[in-house]
Amino acid sequence: MSEQSKQQGPLPVVPYLKGADTNDPYLEGLECGACRAIFLGDRSTCSKCGARDQLSPKRLGNRGKLYSYSIVYRSFPGIDVPYISAIVDLEDGATLKGNLIDIEPDPANLEFDMPVEVVFADALGRKDKDGNQYLSYFFRPLN
Amino acid sequence: MSDVYVMGVDMIKFGRFPDRTVPQIGAEAALLALDDAGLTIHDMQAFYCGNLGQANAMVGQRILQEIGQTGIAVVNCANACATGATAFREAWMSIKAGVYDCVLAVGVEQMGKGLLGGAGGGAGIPKEGLLGSGTMPSVFAEAGMEHARNHGTTFEQFAKVSVKNHHHSTLNAKAMYQIETPLETVMNAEMISYPNTKLMCSVNVDGSAAAVLVSEKKAKELGMQRAVRVKASVLASDPYTDRDLVMPDVNAVTRIAAQQAYEMAGVAATDIDLVELHDCFATAEILHYENLSLCADGEAGRMIDEGEVALGGRVPVNVSGGLLSKGHPLGATGIANIYEVCTHLRGEAGKRQVEGARLGLTHVIGLGSACGIHILEKVA
Repeated sequence: MSEQSKQQGPLPVVPYLKGADTNDPYLEGLECGACRAIFLGDRSTCSKCGARDQLSPKRLGNRGKLYSYSIVYRSFPGIDVPYISAIVDLEDGATLKGNLIDIEPDPANLEFDMPVEVVFADALGRKDKDGNQYLSYFFRPLN
Repeated sequence: MSDVYVMGVDMIKFGRFPDRTVPQIGAEAALLALDDAGLTIHDMQAFYCGNLGQANAMVGQRILQEIGQTGIAVVNCANACATGATAFREAWMSIKAGVYDCVLAVGVEQMGKGLLGGAGGGAGIPKEGLLGSGTMPSVFAEAGMEHARNHGTTFEQFAKVSVKNHHHSTLNAKAMYQIETPLETVMNAEMISYPNTKLMCSVNVDGSAAAVLVSEKKAKELGMQRAVRVKASVLASDPYTDRDLVMPDVNAVTRIAAQQAYEMAGVAATDIDLVELHDCFATAEILHYENLSLCADGEAGRMIDEGEVALGGRVPVNVSGGLLSKGHPLGATGIANIYEVCTHLRGEAGKRQVEGARLGLTHVIGLGSACGIHILEKVA
């Protein structure tokens, strides 16, 4: 990569994280105009109702609730454990998986439906082969 | 349409065979099943082969190169952990369609050790441990915790599944392990992904299983004494549900397949005498008691607590030792569990025999997702 084209800000960890190089990053879903199902990532057809070309971008909010989780103790080499792998339902209907941070990974601390917020931060220092930095999303307990 | 019968079926003792090839491992089960049927490769009109690890490498043809190249049709199948069941079902369908009278199905796998799965490939940076976890123990832990959320299921109840299946495997010489694992041993084993400890994860092993399927006409010719009737064969894929694309929904796909299977067989869940279901993790087994209507929703914890699913209980589940202790060679599992049920229906299961078994059900899940269910019936 030439010096000129070197990134200015971080790249998004997934394509549905928008505005990674701005001070207003957010998650974007695709909402089906026919059945209102919400999807993450690019597609042209709704897998719920089969409607074609009716998906439009929708900025997702940052609040949600913990739906389910696992506490991961054994992972691949180089990955810090333990950590909480969380399934979160956002208020506007989308579901996401991500790390739940800023809370001790102990089942005693985790309640189903506890409120969480989506926060954006550097992707744990991970860089691609070109040395690019990435912005990731995480969940944090609200309050 | 002709009824379809299992005329020969067998599996090898599961283990680790790093010095053997996948076709060699598959050929061994194929020959065992042919012997069990009293037939040879020359009697087979087609061959359906299930294997995942070498799905693009013509494993079926290479098995025939080991045991007899007769020029028959070979179909190689891959469908995640439903691979073996899919191969068996393709064989069943070919007879149902009236194309063949006598066919072979083999499932075979050679596994490495360690974690399967992992979150997100693709461009950029690795996502595992950054956007949660995509390892199999974590995915099935999250599915188990959904059950805990809905029904208050406890870590101890999940662990009891593993105690039961390890106990069952002490009665099965073909299981990878024959080791009793008391509750405290299971719960205190290394935590992999809460609530699944190491002893609550299926064992990665090499293995193979095979079946000879025949039409009614052929079965009558050969003699019905040890034949097993295939009462239902169903394959389903994951329907749209709200979280399926983020958190694979193994419940909805199983419920669709189970409903179709009971309907096809014309039986109720309460008629089933034994079940071999997909206990890839201890958490998964609990879900499927309800998904297969072995009990009402919310009753699975009680079922394991009260021993209803243990050998001697109301509906014994995974008396083979299950994937947790017999082992889980991915492509072989869906035929190995058919072998187990057939062995009970034939009254040949020895110390682990489910007394008076007439109807049995097998179930596998391939994550991503596929569900294969077979209902098998004693004939003679």
